[in-house]
Formats: sequence, C-alpha cells, structure tokens
Amino acid sequence: MNNDVIVLDGVGKRYAEWGNLFQRITNWFVPIKPKSEYWAVKNISFNLKKGEALALIGQNGAGKSTLLKMITGTLRPTTGHVQVNGSVSAILELGLGFNPEFTGRENVYQAGGLLGHSRETLSALMNQIESFADLGDFFDQPLRVYSSGMNARLAFSLATAVRPEVLIIDEVLSVGDAYFQAKCFERIASFKNQGTTLLFVTHSMGDVVRHCDRAIFLRNGKAAFDGAPRDACNLYLDSLFGKKVSGENSRGQVNQKDFGTNEDLFHTRRGYRKEEHRWGHGGARILDYLVRTEVEDYPPAIASNMIADFYFPVLFEKDYKDVTPGFLIKSHDGLFIYGTNSFLASKGQSQIDVKAGDKLVFRFSMPMRLNAGNYLVSFGISEGSQENLVPLDRRYDSVLVTIERSVGFWGVCDLDASFHSLNGANNATA
Amino acid sequence: MIKTLWSFRHFVVTSIWGELKGRFARSKLGLLWSVLHPLAQATIFAVVLSEVLGAKLGNIDNKAAYPIYLVAGLAGWNLFTEILNRCLTIFVEYSDTLKKIAFPRLCLPLIIWGTAMINHILLVIAAAVVFAFLGHYPSASWLFLPIGMLLVSIFAFGLGVFLGILNVFTRDVAHFFGIVLQIWFWLTPIIYSRDIIPKHLQSLIEINPMTALVGIYQNVMLYQRWPDIQLLVYPSALAIFFFILSFIVFRRASSDMLDAL
Repeated sequence: MNNDVIVLDGVGKRYAEWGNLFQRITNWFVPIKPKSEYWAVKNISFNLKKGEALALIGQNGAGKSTLLKMITGTLRPTTGHVQVNGSVSAILELGLGFNPEFTGRENVYQAGGLLGHSRETLSALMNQIESFADLGDFFDQPLRVYSSGMNARLAFSLATAVRPEVLIIDEVLSVGDAYFQAKCFERIASFKNQGTTLLFVTHSMGDVVRHCDRAIFLRNGKAAFDGAPRDACNLYLDSLFGKKVSGENSRGQVNQKDFGTNEDLFHTRRGYRKEEHRWGHGGARILDYLVRTEVEDYPPAIASNMIADFYFPVLFEKDYKDVTPGFLIKSHDGLFIYGTNSFLASKGQSQIDVKAGDKLVFRFSMPMRLNAGNYLVSFGISEGSQENLVPLDRRYDSVLVTIERSVGFWGVCDLDASFHSLNGANNATA
Repeated sequence: MIKTLWSFRHFVVTSIWGELKGRFARSKLGLLWSVLHPLAQATIFAVVLSEVLGAKLGNIDNKAAYPIYLVAGLAGWNLFTEILNRCLTIFVEYSDTLKKIAFPRLCLPLIIWGTAMINHILLVIAAAVVFAFLGHYPSASWLFLPIGMLLVSIFAFGLGVFLGILNVFTRDVAHFFGIVLQIWFWLTPIIYSRDIIPKHLQSLIEINPMTALVGIYQNVMLYQRWPDIQLLVYPSALAIFFFILSFIVFRRASSDMLDAL
C-alpha cells in the first residue's frame, strides 16, 4: 500500500485583483481575466510519508503560509490538488476560537469544538490538557486575566491533545518560556515517533536541522530546493546573505568623506531603535552609524561568525586632549555580551586629541561569534583619563542587529567547540 | 454536510452561549437587558406618540392597544435587524478563524440564529407577561408565531449573507445598509398602522415584504387572529428566493472571499 500521507500535485495559488466589484462577482460564475494577478505559490508537488517531518523555509512572502493553508484546507488551490489522508491538526495561530469571558476549562470545550472534537472526547481529555497546560488555578478563571504566554500554553495543550495523523505548525512555537517550548517539542517528537507526519514553517534554522528530516526551500512561490535540511538551510541563508560566510571584510573601508554632513542621520538608519537611551554631558555628538559586512551595508541579518564593521562619526564641539569612543553589545534581554573602547581595543595605544569642530569617524570591527537572535548595540564617546572617563554622548541600545545561523548551540557565544571520540577505531571529528 | 454540522453542534451551542455571555459579561442584569431594550423602546414610542402627539389605533377600543401594537411590530423588526446586522459583519469578524481553521462555515449563521432566537423568544415571553398585566391574555393564535419567526429569519439570512459577502470586498456595504435600515424602519408600519397611509403610498407599503412579516406579529399579538395566508405568499417567496440566492453566491464566492479576508 502507498503510505503517502500528503500528496501535492502541481499546486498553485493565484491572488487576483479586480477592477470593480461587478467584475469580481462575474468571476464567481464565469472565469474571466482579472485586472492583475499574483501567484503566491506556483506549481508545487511533493509527497510526504507517514512519520516524516518536513520544514518549509523561505523569506517572508515566499508562499509558506499560503501553502500551509491549502494543505489545512482553508484555502482552495487555483491549480493542481492537495490530498491529505488522515486527520489533520493545524496550528496556524494559537488561541483561535477562544472567548475571553470563558474560563480555561470552558474554552477547551469552545475552541475544542471548533477543532471538531466532541464534548465527550474533550471531557475525557480534560485532565491531560489541564496538566499539560500547567496553569494551576488560572485554569478555572476567565481568559481575559491570562497573560499571552498562558494563553499560548492552553492553546497548544488543546491543539495537541489528540495525536493527529498530520500536524501542521506555523511559527507558533516561539511563544512561551523555554521550559514550555521544550515540553512542546517533546510532545511533537513523541507524536512523530508514533507515526505523525509533521509540517513546519519556521525561521529558526536551528529548529529545522534539529527536528526535521527534510526541508523545502521556497523562493517566490516555487520550490527552489527539496532535500536535506542542512542543505536547504544553507541555501536559505545564502539567499539572505548573498554569499559565503568567511574571512575578512572585502568590501573596503569607509572614508571620513562618506559621512559628509554634520546632520544627525542616526535615527534614519535601518536597525535604529527609537527606544534608545541617550545621555551624556554634551560637547560631542554621535551623528550617524554604519553597520557593514562583506555582503551589504545595514544588513537585515548578519550570518554568525561573519565580520561586522561598526562605524560611527562623532562631531566635537570643544577641544579635548583625550577622547575615548566605546562600543557595547548586549543580548535582547539585556545581558552584557561584549564591550570595549578605543583604549582597550588598541591595548592602550590609542590617544585621540581633538579640536572643536572636528569630525572623526571611528570603527570597531569584530567577528560576530554569537548565536542566532537579536542583539542591541550601543555607541559612546567619552573624554578624560581612563580612570575617570566623562561621558559626552552615549547612545545605549540604539541599534538592533540580528544574527542568523543554520546550526545552533546552547547559549549566547560561539566558543567553536570541536568534538573527538578517543575510545574507538573510527574517531569522529566535527 | 449535515453530518459534519452535527459533529460541530457543541461548538455552535457553546458559541451561542459565548456570544450571550460576551454581550452581557460583568453586568448584573445580564440577559434581562436584551428584553429591557425593546420594551423601553416601545414604551418611549408609546409615551411620545400617543400621550404627546395623541396618536391612537382607530379600530380597537383598548387603551393598551397601541403599546401592544408597538411591541409586536418591534419584536418582528428587531429579530430581522439583529440577524441582518450580524450577518453583515460576521465574515469579517471571523476572518482569522476562517483563514486558519478548517470548520464548516455554516456554523456561523447557526450561531447568529441561535443567539438571535434566544433573545427573541425571551422578548416574546416578556411581552406576553406585560400584556397579561395590561389585561390582554395570549390566545391560541400565538401558535402562529414560530412561522413568523421562521419567515423573518429566512428573509434576514437571505439578505444578510448576500450583503455580508459583498461587505468582505467593500466595507461600505455595512455602513450603507445602516442607513437603509433606518429608512426601511419608517417605511414599515411599526409605529403607525397601515390604514393611515395615503392611497397613493399604499403600493409602496405593499412592496415592502417587511409589512406582511411584521404584520404577522401584529395580527397574532394584538388582534389575536391568524394572519391572512394570501398576504404571506409574496414575502415568503421573496425570502426563499434571497435565501437560495445567498446560498449559491456563498458557495461560489467563498474561495474568493477567503482570499480577500
């Protein structure tokens, strides 16, 4: 017997734009040509076997969610067909069908009914749902008093209360705390072992490599690659970053001239955070900044371990004998990861003497040996002796940078471990 | 289709309960408000029009006749507008759920209907109690009311679902229809009686299917008689026509609708 659980054959989805309402209504009864059309998904075919785990990856707008909705059955494909054998549970959004006035328990009946479960089934599952969600007394309180994390826990517990033949998940596992996330993945893995076919959409390449047997890389609605997760991830990262990740920054250095004006352009740059904390005694102003990698300026994301140059021009309004520019990077939750300044980074060599009206451009360059995630960058300029630095202008947490990587690790810093097994004939090196 | 709907019956029931609960959450009187509103509306009209402006029903000799006439007409009219207004926006309201969960979409009208009917039946019961206090006891003719409810519902759904679909694409429909309903209200003999209408406007009143539908309530509740079946042929046919039209359009448009939501 053929054990394909999901079969997609030439599936395409067109979104049409109509000139007016009348044309649109005509289209419901006789096919006519729309004013303009857009193919979100084009000619996708694949089969998924029982127990297989597939990831759909690609940039925003590549057609991942549209494809999932067609497999779930809420959207109808324009061309081709989708065949799914067996029960489907799709978690495209957590908490759909919840009523804020109902308690957690009542919402299990309410939203569970929306998923097609009978009242008897839900009653039988109630204990299990309650213990997995682990909400304590909140389970019998109205949902409007829940935090969003609690909401997500209830929703996930309900959505996975019954093991489905096919489980479809669209980027919903980034919610909740790490402990609950781990519990979710554990449950998903146990479903998979029992024969559930998994379909993921995620932007976390680590999850793809960890949890999937296969990945499809979607580009502009087409399947650009279908195969091993690691290869798919590399293709995806290449598409994000353009080129290979290695070596020195070959894009050359920025001149002082590149920061021509004395206008404050800082807040106009991509990655700028308006929630920055700016302070200092004045006397100098940080006017602008530039993040440059080998691939591009102001990259939407930087590949882990790639060298990044952080430039910032400073305009001095007074004479100073010794100024010290500084740089700091923090994790998004505020952990100090690395901070340095001109004195430390030059091992005590740097001493910068400035006159009023001078504009100097400083650069800190470093390999971004970090895990995937968002990081906050701060720039600062101080004057005086190293023992007693006086801050002139500091722009804390003023820039957001995003790091991407395909193979994850635990923690924040990439210490680039290697692995050897010493007690066998076939030593493994990784 | 019926079978899948049946398996979603609990969802429909809890959703109706949820709608009612959401509407009256954290209010002391709760469901009572859904009865108090139309009764207050009728009282205001009765006081203003009969006490202040001196309007009265010519053909009946009962002081309470006019308030009863008002309550009866408003009951029928409110059922119509409640269903219609909810249908107009239901697809937009449930857009996320429709896009992300595969469930029988027929549940949505059923939820609307269940909610509206509970409100409506409570109102009818409350009206019966109030009438009894006025010395006007319900008679066997009230048994015709379910047919009135059904016809009003069918007409409201026929029109509402069709307009609700259009509203997905052009949100002006709901706003525009808010105005239409106000005009329509005054074109329907609810606060005035048919016979005060000048001859040359009679045909306008007759074209309006709500005249006969609201008439069922007025006949049953005030005059205690069965409505003229012949007069119901035209509104019933129109109601069923719109109902079928809506159903066909819904099937044809649902894919396009989801794309646009």
